[in-house]
Amino acid sequence: MTLDLSLLPDGGVPWLAASGDHADVVLSSRIRFARNVAGYAFTARARDGERLRLLAQVRDALPQVPSLGGAAVLRMDEMNLTERQLLHERHLVSKELAGLDGANEVKSAAAVLVSHEAGVMVNEEDHLRLQSFRSGFDLEGAFRTATRLDRDLGAILPYAFHPEFGFLTSCPTNTGTGMRASVLIHLPGLVLTQEISKVLQGLQQMGLTYRGLYGEGSEVIGNFFQISNQTTLGRSEDELVEHLARVVLRVVEQETQARRVLLRDAGYIIEDKLWRAYGTLRHARSLPADEAMNLLSGVRLAVGLQLIAGLSVYTLNKLLIFSQSAHLAHAAGRTLTESEANLARAKYVRRVLADETGPAGAVA
Amino acid sequence: MLCQQCKELDAVLNLTHLVGEAVQQVHLCEKCAAERGLPTTIAMPKPTAIGDFLSSVQNQVSAMPGDAARCAYCGTSLRDFRASGRLGCAQCYGAFEQSLRDLLRRVQGNVKHMGRQYDAPTGEVMTQDAALSHLRQQLNDAISREEFESAASLRDQIRTLE
Repeated sequence: MTLDLSLLPDGGVPWLAASGDHADVVLSSRIRFARNVAGYAFTARARDGERLRLLAQVRDALPQVPSLGGAAVLRMDEMNLTERQLLHERHLVSKELAGLDGANEVKSAAAVLVSHEAGVMVNEEDHLRLQSFRSGFDLEGAFRTATRLDRDLGAILPYAFHPEFGFLTSCPTNTGTGMRASVLIHLPGLVLTQEISKVLQGLQQMGLTYRGLYGEGSEVIGNFFQISNQTTLGRSEDELVEHLARVVLRVVEQETQARRVLLRDAGYIIEDKLWRAYGTLRHARSLPADEAMNLLSGVRLAVGLQLIAGLSVYTLNKLLIFSQSAHLAHAAGRTLTESEANLARAKYVRRVLADETGPAGAVA
Repeated sequence: MLCQQCKELDAVLNLTHLVGEAVQQVHLCEKCAAERGLPTTIAMPKPTAIGDFLSSVQNQVSAMPGDAARCAYCGTSLRDFRASGRLGCAQCYGAFEQSLRDLLRRVQGNVKHMGRQYDAPTGEVMTQDAALSHLRQQLNDAISREEFESAASLRDQIRTLE
């Protein structure tokens, strides 16, 4: 199967639009529900036939689930490595579903459904991982969509549910609401002022946790953090979402404050550092992935501080995702060695920046 | 294991150093590691990764009697759960209820679901037998319609289930 990206509604990444509140700091808001269907063993224990049957049941349910209208159904077990990586780079599938975590190969009937407003991973660690993304800070919007999807699908497929423990999941850390509410947030101000460890410690005391750009087990890179609820029992979904939203708004305030301090106390040093980052992105001929991510973080901060004009947050969001290795390989139509990818990345970044702000050298 | 530096606290950080061609193991407690400028939970809180969860599963569940107890539905044992951190099916929650209750209290701080209640649509849960007979019926239909590709796929599914 060849992955045709045009089949993905909005490329599967409408959350890159930079349209929600605080979009320069909060990239996206996400809600996911872990659900299992009664009558089947959980995915890791299920036989091929059970997983196939589950996927068929989900597909049969599609016409009755409005939030999955027009959904593309993509089978992981029919895709090559680059295609699976690309979907992971877009946050549409987890490492586990895409068979990228080293420990697990792609399972038969592992699939993802992608519609305009929501997605469902099928045969992940749990049978179903329902998710909804929103651009910027909009946990409420993502929660509304994910809840509607959850109710519609749960009215057709019988979820495994226990009156005391709630929704039953493969890993007991998800049992209960099965909900993970998270925001992807950019905190360079707090990192540069070295306030970040205090903030992160505070999160843990408030029942929240943080991860890197790509969730569990991923490194913090480019000053991007994913902040989410830690527990799923003892509090309702509404309470968990409201609590996270309150804390995230406070973190956004702290980040804004840290940026003000930076400009006040180290104005020219910061300004120089960020312009250098921009200069490198505009002119470099070879860009390793980590370096690109860090430079993009700098330019994002510069745009937030209004040091660089004429560059949109949307473009920076796009660069963050589309300049990753599998995207470059997909565009090239073949696998790329690391050095080929670095060349392709630099070229892609230069082109996108030139398209937006004019040829290099034209920006003051 | 005690910390090699202070010899007072338990070592929580195990480092592997390469000195020349020799591999050296260093075991430090959190405090001594932080003093050496190594990242620890004191210097920087770490996210709760699956590894942390697994170790709490191991600490908790290993203390439980009936280690070899198995879920009658899927065959997962407490030992399997301890190794992988994952349960085999929804029935495991009943089979290992006491162990899980203790574990949930420990890792989640609570055992009571306070979120939305849910009533499953009735008559939808397919037993293994019902699923097999449903698939056999579909197979017969496919053969009678001469849809051999889908018949082959159905036959595979039946074999897997059997």
